[in-house]
This record gives sequence, C-alpha cells and structure tokens, in this order.
Amino acid sequence: MIEVRGLTKTYGTERAVDNISFEVKKGEVLGFLGPNGAGKSTTMKIITCFLPPTEGSVLVDNLNVSEESVGVRRRIGYLPESTPLYQDMTTYEYLTFVGSMRGVSSTDLPRRIAHMSAVCGIGSVLGKRIEALSKGYRQRVGLAQAMIHDPEIVILDEPTSGLDPNQIVEIRELIKGIGTEKTVILSTHILSEVQASCDRVLIINKGKLVADGTPEALKANFSGAQHIKLGLQEAPENAASVLESVDHFRVTGQELLNGGETVFTVSTDTQEDMRPTLFKLAVEKGWTLTELHRDQVNLEDVFRQLTGN
Amino acid sequence: MKQTWTLAKRELQAYFDSPAAYVVLVVFLLFTGYFFTRDLFLMNLASVRSLFDIAPLLFIFFVPAITMSLFAEERRSGTLELLLTMPISDTQVIGGKLLAASILMLSAVGMTILYAITISFLGDLDVGATVGGYIGLVLLGITCSAIGLFTSSLTRNQIVAFILGFATILILYLMDKTWFTIFFPASVGRVLEYMGLDYHYQNLLRGVIDTRDILYYVSMTLFAFLLTAYNLAKRPE
Repeated sequence: MIEVRGLTKTYGTERAVDNISFEVKKGEVLGFLGPNGAGKSTTMKIITCFLPPTEGSVLVDNLNVSEESVGVRRRIGYLPESTPLYQDMTTYEYLTFVGSMRGVSSTDLPRRIAHMSAVCGIGSVLGKRIEALSKGYRQRVGLAQAMIHDPEIVILDEPTSGLDPNQIVEIRELIKGIGTEKTVILSTHILSEVQASCDRVLIINKGKLVADGTPEALKANFSGAQHIKLGLQEAPENAASVLESVDHFRVTGQELLNGGETVFTVSTDTQEDMRPTLFKLAVEKGWTLTELHRDQVNLEDVFRQLTGN
Repeated sequence: MKQTWTLAKRELQAYFDSPAAYVVLVVFLLFTGYFFTRDLFLMNLASVRSLFDIAPLLFIFFVPAITMSLFAEERRSGTLELLLTMPISDTQVIGGKLLAASILMLSAVGMTILYAITISFLGDLDVGATVGGYIGLVLLGITCSAIGLFTSSLTRNQIVAFILGFATILILYLMDKTWFTIFFPASVGRVLEYMGLDYHYQNLLRGVIDTRDILYYVSMTLFAFLLTAYNLAKRPE
C-alpha cells in the first residue's frame, strides 16, 4: 500500500528525516512513535504530498508522490497536527466543501456526510459554526473530513493531542473502528496510545528509524532484564545476602516500609520467570511473604531506551 | 475546474458571511457615488468620467484589503496544509482564490453600471470611452487582485500582506507619471511608463481597445500568478 524508500528531508543543514525506509500493508494500523521533533510530522507531510522529499521515494498504491501527486492525494485522507479547520464555517458547510474538493460527487455528498456524522458522532453539531465547537468535537470533525471521500489510507498526525482523558478514549475507539477497514498511519508520543490502537509501531528518533515491529515484539526484544519486587515481613538481616547467593539474582533496591515490611527489588538477567524460585526460597527460609510481583517491561521502557540520550 | 469553483465559492461565502464584503461594496459605492453625483448635480456634467478616475485609486487600497487574508490567514491557522494536500494542483488553489477576489471587486465595479445607465438617459453617453473604461477596470481589478494574492502568499501576517500589496500596486500605479520617470534616462523612462498600471488604463479610457494594453494586464496577472505558485511550491512553514 505505502512504500517509503530511503526517505530524507533536509531543512537547510538540518536533517529532519534521515534515510527512512518502511512499508505499510493494506489494512494495517501503523503507529509512528517518537519524541517531539523526531521527524514524524515531516514524514507524514511527505506521504500526503505537502512537502517534497529531498531524497528517496514514496510510493502510495504504486504511485510516486513526486510524479503523480494528485492521484496519491485522492487515495489519502489527512488530519494534520492541531486540526486546522475553517472556523467561520458550520460543520455541514465545511464537510460539503472538503467533500467536493476531494472529488465526492454532489449526488453522493449528502449520503457521505450523513455516514461520516454517524461514524464520528457529529450529528448534533452539523449546524454549528466550527469556532463554537469543543476541542473533542473539532477533532471528530477533523476525522470526518479526512474520511469524507472514503479513502483507502487515513493519515492522522497526533489525533489525540490536547484532548481530555474521556475524549482520548473516544477518539481511540473511533480510530480502532477506522482501522478495521482502512490503512491507518497515526503519529503520537503517547505510548499507551500505540499499545491501544496499533498493529505495528515505528519508533523514530532524530530523523532515524530506530525500531519497527508489533508492540509485543518490541517489548520482547528490548526487555533484557526483569525486575521482581519481593516484600518480606520482619526480614532477617541477612535476607539480601541470601537472595544474592542464588544464581542470576542481584538485589538492586531495598526499602523498609512502615509496619516492618521490607521491599527488595531483585533484578535477573534471564528471561525465565524467577518468581517460583523466590517463593520456594521464602518457604525454605521461613520468611513471611507480603509481596511478590514482576514488573512487566512496557513500551515506555523501550521508548526511553531507544530515544533517551 | 470544478474544485477551483468550489474553492472560489468558499472564499466568497467567507467574504459575505463577514462584514468584509459589505464594507467593501458600500464604501466603494459611496466614494464613486459622491464624485459621480458631484459632477452631475454641481457641475452639470453628464459623464461617468469621474468614476473611471476615482475607481483605480480605490483599487489601490481595497484590493490588498480583500486579498490580504487569502493565503496569509490560511498559513497562520494551518489550514493551508490541508488545502494543499487536497487532490488539486496549487494552480487550481491560486485560481480559485483569484477568482473569488476578482468577483468581489468586480461586483463593486458592476454596480456602478447604474451610473452609466443613468447618464445614458440624461445625456450623451460616450459609449466607446465607457466600454473601454469598464474593460480597463475589469483588467485592472484582476491584475491588482493577482498582485495582492502574491503578497498574501509571502507572509502569515495579514497586515504585512496588506502593506506589501498596497505598496506594490501603488508603485506600479505611479510608475508612468512624469515626476517619477523624469529621474531616469529617456529610454528607461519609456520602459517604466510601459510597466505602469495606469498608463495602459489611460489608453483604454480613450476608447481605443488595443491588444497591447490588454496583453499588458494579462501578462502582469500571469506573472503575479507564477510568483505566487513559486512561493507556494516552496511550502515555507
């Protein structure tokens, strides 16, 4: 569906996007993850034919963005960051305008608008001016305009930024719905968003592609160690050294809580689940176990690991 | 083509949804109407000449005011990005906006035809000069709009767009005047004169419709159009 090969974009001497290559298959929901200014938006602007690439090529449905720009644009629905809409129009006028600009015939237009307002839940604000809408509704109108012409590809640049937690959940549900029938690329720097809505994640840092895979695969690949929290009531003085004497175990933290409970953080360098071993050890030594918990490595750690300095 | 018209319609709707269009129309008609009635009642002149004298001066001020927002505001609010990723070429975008500004400006001019009709009842209307004058106003209006559109594409600030448009049109308007060309050698002076917006308008006002004058306005419009297209192609943020 989308093929990006050796894409580079320079602004003056700054390389905003540096030799990025990836493919997106039909029906996939792809998440662009990266800190602010990593080159996510620039990449999207090139795919949507807003910016020309400095080097490399982008093929959308085998059409080159530099050569058959109008054909590419027809296949794409785009919602830029910060959701720019014409404030002085009503939602209905705006969708009519965007629809006919995107080539929806005037006979299909009312049906498409009715469909989009049902999908995006904007039926109640069709007659309102966009400047009077709340941020959440504007975002919905933005999504509706991106899909008004029933494109195969929907590109959303930070679709949930600036929304409150309830609105974020709603928009995510909406995107999930879109993802079942369309190819979606969305960018975000919120990690839970990727975990919630994407089939595949690309992590971009300083213009370079640093990781590519499913959220699960990324978590598995980058979880080198695991951390286990072990709480003991009235822990004996030598507990730490007893723990260290077991293979693979290293005590990296020890904290005495009120009420005589001590919480040890035990790190292991294996993928194997070491909790049963710890439990047996506690039984053997007659310790009173209050907590035994393994910290899952999450995408946040992967992200930090890949994009931190 | 259909999209160009869709865009022009949207721009016109924006003009008429705000006071902008009405202020332009009313003030334009007030000024031209004042000079027209002054000639008619105070000086007993059955002529629309005063309309053709005052209208270009109003264009210098009004046209940049109409065009200043067309690209500058889209750039400021970020809607330009959405507009330029729609399945239409940049040329169609510029064409649609030029069409909208021209239609607004020319509808103001169109209303003054009432003056000409009034005169034709009251006395002898110089048909040749009047037709030539209206052709001149139409061409001048479109050319000024194209220049204003260009200056609007240079910046995200509407005031800057306005001042630049105003200055460009004013300079082009004054370029053929003797007190300006006198500072240059005769050969350069001739060129400057030929480049002037008013020079060709004055030719048309004589009722002589020369292709050279029409060609001048067409090429000026095209030139401003191309500069705008060049500017948009750079996609500066």
